[in-house]
Amino acid sequence: MAKKIVVDPIPRIEGHLRIEAQVGENNVIEDAFSTGTMWRGIELILKGRDPRDAWAFAERICGVCTTVHALASVRCVEDALGIVIPDNARIIRNLMNATQQTQDHLVHFYHLHALDWVDVVSALKADPKETSRIAQSISSWPKSSPGYFNDLQQRLTGFVESGQLGIFSNGYWGHSAYKLPPEVNLLAVAHYLEALEFQKEIVKIHTVFGGKNPHPNYLVGGMACAIDPSRDTAINMETLSMVKKIIDDTMTFIDQVYIPDLIAIAGFYKDWLYGGGLGNYLCYGDFPEHSLEDTSSLLWPRGAILNRDLSTIYDVDPRDMNQVTEEVSHSWYSYSSGDDKGLHPWEGETTPNYTGPKPPFEHLDHEKKYSWLKTPRWNNHPMEVGPLARVLLQYAKGDPMIKDTVNMVLGKLDVGPEALYSTLGRTAARGIECRQTAGFMLHFYNELIDNIKKGDYKTANTELWEPSSWPSDVKGFGYTEAPRGALGHWVHIKNEKIEDYQIVVPSTWNASPRDAEGKVGAYESALRGTPMADPEKPLELLRTVHSFDPCLACASHVFDMNGNEITKVTIV
Amino acid sequence: MDCIDPVSAVAGECVMESKPTYAEIFRQRGLSRRDFLKFCSLTTVALGLAPSFLPKVIHAMETQPRTPVIWLHGLECTCCTESFIRSSHPIMADIVFNMISLDYDDTLSAAAGHQLEEVRHRIMEEYKGQYILACEGNVPMKDDGVYCLIGGDSYKNLLTETAKDAAAVIAWGACATFGCVQNADPNPTGAVPISEIVTDKPLVNVPGCPPIAEVMTSVITHFHTFGTLPELDRMKRPKAFYGTRIHDKCYRRAFYDAGMFVTDFDDESARKGWCLYKMGCKGPTTYNSCSKTEWNDGVSFPIGSGHPCFGCASPGFWDNGPFYKRLADVSFLGTDTNADKIGAVAVGAAAAGAAAHAAVTAVKKRKTGNSDESVQNEG
Repeated sequence: MAKKIVVDPIPRIEGHLRIEAQVGENNVIEDAFSTGTMWRGIELILKGRDPRDAWAFAERICGVCTTVHALASVRCVEDALGIVIPDNARIIRNLMNATQQTQDHLVHFYHLHALDWVDVVSALKADPKETSRIAQSISSWPKSSPGYFNDLQQRLTGFVESGQLGIFSNGYWGHSAYKLPPEVNLLAVAHYLEALEFQKEIVKIHTVFGGKNPHPNYLVGGMACAIDPSRDTAINMETLSMVKKIIDDTMTFIDQVYIPDLIAIAGFYKDWLYGGGLGNYLCYGDFPEHSLEDTSSLLWPRGAILNRDLSTIYDVDPRDMNQVTEEVSHSWYSYSSGDDKGLHPWEGETTPNYTGPKPPFEHLDHEKKYSWLKTPRWNNHPMEVGPLARVLLQYAKGDPMIKDTVNMVLGKLDVGPEALYSTLGRTAARGIECRQTAGFMLHFYNELIDNIKKGDYKTANTELWEPSSWPSDVKGFGYTEAPRGALGHWVHIKNEKIEDYQIVVPSTWNASPRDAEGKVGAYESALRGTPMADPEKPLELLRTVHSFDPCLACASHVFDMNGNEITKVTIV
Repeated sequence: MDCIDPVSAVAGECVMESKPTYAEIFRQRGLSRRDFLKFCSLTTVALGLAPSFLPKVIHAMETQPRTPVIWLHGLECTCCTESFIRSSHPIMADIVFNMISLDYDDTLSAAAGHQLEEVRHRIMEEYKGQYILACEGNVPMKDDGVYCLIGGDSYKNLLTETAKDAAAVIAWGACATFGCVQNADPNPTGAVPISEIVTDKPLVNVPGCPPIAEVMTSVITHFHTFGTLPELDRMKRPKAFYGTRIHDKCYRRAFYDAGMFVTDFDDESARKGWCLYKMGCKGPTTYNSCSKTEWNDGVSFPIGSGHPCFGCASPGFWDNGPFYKRLADVSFLGTDTNADKIGAVAVGAAAAGAAAHAAVTAVKKRKTGNSDESVQNEG
């Protein structure tokens, strides 16, 4: 009998997300429905505000990928008002963005995603000497002695025996979809803990330039952190040296821990190539070497790929009123011109209209509206955004660093490029681009030093700081590539205030409900056809959903088609 | 035995049977007595206590089990969790493996769906009256709470159910304490802070967007070391971290007193690190530890990196803008008299729950476009 699985809350994401899936006789997912179960109304709250304050409000959209909305917002307001930022501000923003990408990907791999592949309890059975041998065979990372792993295993044993499993309570330990030998599980647990400690170091770069993390400070017109190597009241050689050391340590950690772990773990899952999904990929691009207008200067290019055809790259223009649109046929909003008609963000509307069941409820009606997410489309196509999209686009364009790293990873795994179109491919792409962004950190640090050497200390352009100097009615677009994918902000400024503000976030592209024509989004597409060993323990479903790094969050129950809860199983 | 009475319990008096203590956990993990004592010394230092407190800390650590924590997320951005995991002393791994049992947390838990909900129910039952409920985020009240649905129910219902048998409730961050960005005008979801829903439990408010990592973890360490909540002020904030204004401890204070102000984000005054009061700094009215503890293991803080404080630990700060307008047209030449007056009035506002009033006043200001005056003057 076909079953309906409800996974809600979904942990290890940001925000609140619900997945309902129909599972066929052979436990293969036949159809899936993605529901964003929260709405905060920030677009409405931004109306009437001072545009110079918008970045702070927008930044609070997400504290996991903190910084990215602030960046998109200042770029958006500067675009509208015609403010050109100094070169140092461009470089510092790029450095902060690369820092965010790198830290966010590292945390995602080890703390949000690894437990979909790594069985923590199995690590208790490992031979620490063998773990040590494996560790030393794949990396020169110094923490690799038999004693180190033995000590960790003892502590882990004590933890499990205490009966208080904390964050590991009720995990799917012992699930048949876990494929790693105990020794590799122990290695991964060790690096889970090491990465947990190391991630907090990387973000100190935000603290240097933005005063704090999470939620560093930005400024319309540039950055507020002054530079002066002759004073201890501004960025000087002491603070720059801290930044440089963090960059060096980060590059080492990515090269010696993350990448070797990724390859080692993926090696045991290379037959599990489900979750490819749409095959359409969209990138706005980021990391400008000159201005944001000059898209040829972006280190991460802009473009779109359709149907996995890497031979054709389509031009993307988010300002084109016909290209990027959002409709609400299955979303809890209403449009004045009809819910099925896509609107460009500059014409966008945000009028909440919840028509779902009154809570508490067991099921949602997917024929009707079923999500707080709108449905974005590019030229009417559903698109996947994020690391896989960016890596594929760069691969297609022949970026040498990306080509080398992709080929190295594929070679070590002994699989062809088609393996990229999968859950595992998405996870691998994140690691590959993390190595790239760690390199960007060094690149922008060196660029900043070169500028300072030339005597350029300028960090902000305040010529248009006063609202009286602004045009009375303007529109702007700001973009970035967030860790989770293409992010756009669109603003309309009228008489010194925000008239309208629309945001299309990466997880809206990926997690959107289906459109009026029934075309599904990236999550829903990727989940179709995934076999599950035990629908009661939806490990494989979580694996694919987590590979997108969802930025929403929460809960789960398992039901059959008649809405009856199927037997609960106690785990651990 | 009701072991963890956060108001009256004395450290070390309560022992829950059959659960390992910190000292036992150290032994189980093959760590020596020496390691354990070292850990206790570091904890004492981290809590800012005199060395004479060390025996008390050791006694508490030897006799108390790891307290279960259920960490719920409402309408929020997860910046509080992200800040928490940045703690440098103690580090996150020590907290979750040695100090507390973080049994339910959307952001880190391995389990999903009903298996995760099962953990929450088990903790509520097995540790009735003994677990800590930590909350991140606002509670949307409008339209039956449909703006935040978890497991097919509203966050409002989930929170009420989980709070019922908690020993104490910690409200993390601006959202849970006073109402953050969702709660800003026009508050489309009817978002409210925890204190409006949970009214019959000991509550700790830890404001900030987010709060400083070590401030967050100190609340946890204090509870587990002494078995009591830290001393709180009238707004239920730990006095140790929210007792004085950022302005009072700011290294730029001397420039304020001397009347030397930044007037442009890119001129000599900015590079010389003068006072940011004229750029809209809310340090004179904001009670937080940023200028003392600083952020991310003491690297910097907003003012230290040249940006004015926008008062993220204060009630209603989102509607007390625009951020870059100076607080009030007060005299500042050579004396701090007027700024201190602002602070004094802010303390007055804190009493008797005037926070909501301040927020409403601020909304009124924003709508009329007259925000140059300090809301605290009306508080």
